[in-house]
Amino acid sequence: MWTFYATILWAIGYTIVYPSWPGLTTNYKGTSSFSSRSELSAEMDAAKASQKVIVDKIAATPVGDIAKDKSLLEFATAGGAAAFKNNCAPCHGTGAAGGKGYPNLNDNDWLWGGKVEDIYTTLNHGIRYAQDPDTRTSEMPAFADVLQPEQIKQVAAYVVSLTGKPSDPALIEPGKTVFAENCAACHGETAKGNREMGAPNLSDAIWLKVNGEEEIAAQVAHPKHGVMPAWGARLGDATVKQLAVYVHSLGGGE
Amino acid sequence: MNYTIETILIAVGAFLAVLAAAFAQDALFQQHMWVLFAVLAIGTVLMLRRISFAPVGPKPSESEYFDEVVRYGVIATVFWGVVGFLVGVVVALQLAFPDLNIEPFFNFGRVRPLHTSAVIFAFGGNALIATSFYVVQRTCRARLFGGSLGWFVFWGYQLFIVMAATGYLLGITQGREYAEPEWYVDLWLTVVWVAYLITFLGTILKRKEPHIYVANWFYLSFIVTIAMLHVVNNLAIPVSFLGTKSYSAFSGVQDALTQWWYGHNAVGFFLTAGFLGMMYYFVPKQAGRPVYSYRLSIIHFWALIFMYIWAGPHHLHYTALPDWAQTLGMVFSVMLWMPSWGGMINGLMTLSGAWDKIRTDPVIRMMIIAIAFYGMSTFEGPMMSIKAVNSLSHYTEWTIGHVHSGALGWVGMITFGAVYYLVPKLWNRDGLYSLRLVNWHFWLSTLGIVIYAAVLWVAGIQQGLMWREYDSQGFLVYSFAESVKAMFPYYVLRAVGGGLYLIGGLVMAYNVYMTIRGYKRNEAPIVGSVPNLQPAE
Repeated sequence: MWTFYATILWAIGYTIVYPSWPGLTTNYKGTSSFSSRSELSAEMDAAKASQKVIVDKIAATPVGDIAKDKSLLEFATAGGAAAFKNNCAPCHGTGAAGGKGYPNLNDNDWLWGGKVEDIYTTLNHGIRYAQDPDTRTSEMPAFADVLQPEQIKQVAAYVVSLTGKPSDPALIEPGKTVFAENCAACHGETAKGNREMGAPNLSDAIWLKVNGEEEIAAQVAHPKHGVMPAWGARLGDATVKQLAVYVHSLGGGE
Repeated sequence: MNYTIETILIAVGAFLAVLAAAFAQDALFQQHMWVLFAVLAIGTVLMLRRISFAPVGPKPSESEYFDEVVRYGVIATVFWGVVGFLVGVVVALQLAFPDLNIEPFFNFGRVRPLHTSAVIFAFGGNALIATSFYVVQRTCRARLFGGSLGWFVFWGYQLFIVMAATGYLLGITQGREYAEPEWYVDLWLTVVWVAYLITFLGTILKRKEPHIYVANWFYLSFIVTIAMLHVVNNLAIPVSFLGTKSYSAFSGVQDALTQWWYGHNAVGFFLTAGFLGMMYYFVPKQAGRPVYSYRLSIIHFWALIFMYIWAGPHHLHYTALPDWAQTLGMVFSVMLWMPSWGGMINGLMTLSGAWDKIRTDPVIRMMIIAIAFYGMSTFEGPMMSIKAVNSLSHYTEWTIGHVHSGALGWVGMITFGAVYYLVPKLWNRDGLYSLRLVNWHFWLSTLGIVIYAAVLWVAGIQQGLMWREYDSQGFLVYSFAESVKAMFPYYVLRAVGGGLYLIGGLVMAYNVYMTIRGYKRNEAPIVGSVPNLQPAE
């Protein structure tokens, strides 16, 4: 029973100190001038202030030069890792190993370039992200409108033959001709791809969207195109730079 | 002739359901109305088979208790209990193994409200309706008011349960926790609930016992408050009278606060006040002792109902809810601690002079552990409502562990105790089929709860700490996905705890079934118990 009275006394005391009882137009504000909004903004300001010096320095440094300053590099890698987990991991995975349709960022197969500046541009403007005018754009046409179904089978067999064994070796030769006439313009004579237009390397046995000859044929006929959002406007320049440094450090950076 | 009007009404209802399905504005409403039609059509056929053209027999005597509906209620309680626990185990496994999400009807988002509603409203609700009808008749020494209105309450409530459950699986929801059914199901529940209130209140009004026993106060506060909460929280405007979708009358933070005013008091008045009514009748009965302090029970009642209603805002700490409302929610929650413990002490001390029964009577043991869990979760609750604790515990598994220590420990166990008390009485058996099975049920459930609650404490605190972990440079250490991954072993163990509880429920269902059939298991008596003395021949 005494504990009950004690809790009531405590409750009265607490409501005197903190904002509590409502009135007609406003409420009693409490003697402590506490508000959860000002508490939050004070904590956020303190957190920002503690990082301010180094974050400002990163913002002022060109992304390619961050690696030259050891303390900047260390901070940017840690900050990039934290930002990566919160923003990029849902598609690229916590370990950045990607998945079907989402590129692996640990290897040295880069669609749009693996220099830290290239990664920075990709992050900033995204890929095929319509809201950003500077986004990276390329779109493989649907070859179902251009080629005969037979030709698509042939070219799929040829592409497979670059790194593996196609189902029917007889298709390779005619496929090579189809490739030279239709695909080489973007993917290159030797199918090594073209980073200028984000055309993937087809000769390295790394497949982003397809698995096997039939899926290659389907992709040739009606290609699927992935989209990556532009992060610059959302995360701010300093964070995108940290992300670029972090992704570059994962192992495939050039 | 009997049942004429009832049968006609159900048939008309079935016909209206067909019309509603035919003119439905959206596909979901159409499907749901076909479900309703199927249920009512089956009901009509069953009623037709029961019609007899013999002249109506004499009216049941006013001096006899109306217990048939209580018998149905006890069976429904056991049935929905097992269903609810089963769905709970399924949901727990879905969290651990996402492949068990079977689209579209059995994914987590649809099955979870099925679980919560099945255990709270189907299991708990039937237990409350059945026991309140039993208790109010005996403590008022009066037959249930309203003739067959009791039947309407029972079957109307089952219809609500079926419509709510099928609605969830079809994907019909208004997205308010514990109040997911859409407007037309809510309206039906309102009708049933008013009938329930009339039945209960009517019985109290015509009582032959001058005093209104404290259990009835608790039951009455539960019925009245739930009516108020249900109506206000579900105020909504339907898009069409032949469609599922409706829009709440509230918006923004007002909407959130109305929802949690409802949500918290669903816990306070449905799962606490109602079941305290159960405790105040069945614990003294089973123990054969009077309530420890009747005065304390009155203080308990008034303090509880005065303070509970304010505590809802503690579900919205650190949100857009104004600080003053958060403060009030928190201090009222803390003040609630002692009244709750007053009730716990009152329940426990009722056993003074009969403590040996904990050793010898597994049914008493069940009730006592229920009161112990009531005490534990009513300490944990006020503690979690303190803002500093809440900033760690909110949105984590800890909250779910807390709810379950209350729901499995308090609500579940006190209901099991009441069921074990009621079944032999209602079916005129001289005891349960097996007390040893009650003992098994007791240990399975207790072990299940302990595993469940302990695992989720650890899981919740770990989650909360992972979310707020910063490194020396001021960056978050873990991503959300990493904290999800870390939960896997806890999720598996939680399913194990729930599984034990489900097995306990099945043991109870078997025991109840065999008792009703009139069997008596040939078994050694519980050590130390005094056998029922038989009159000399």
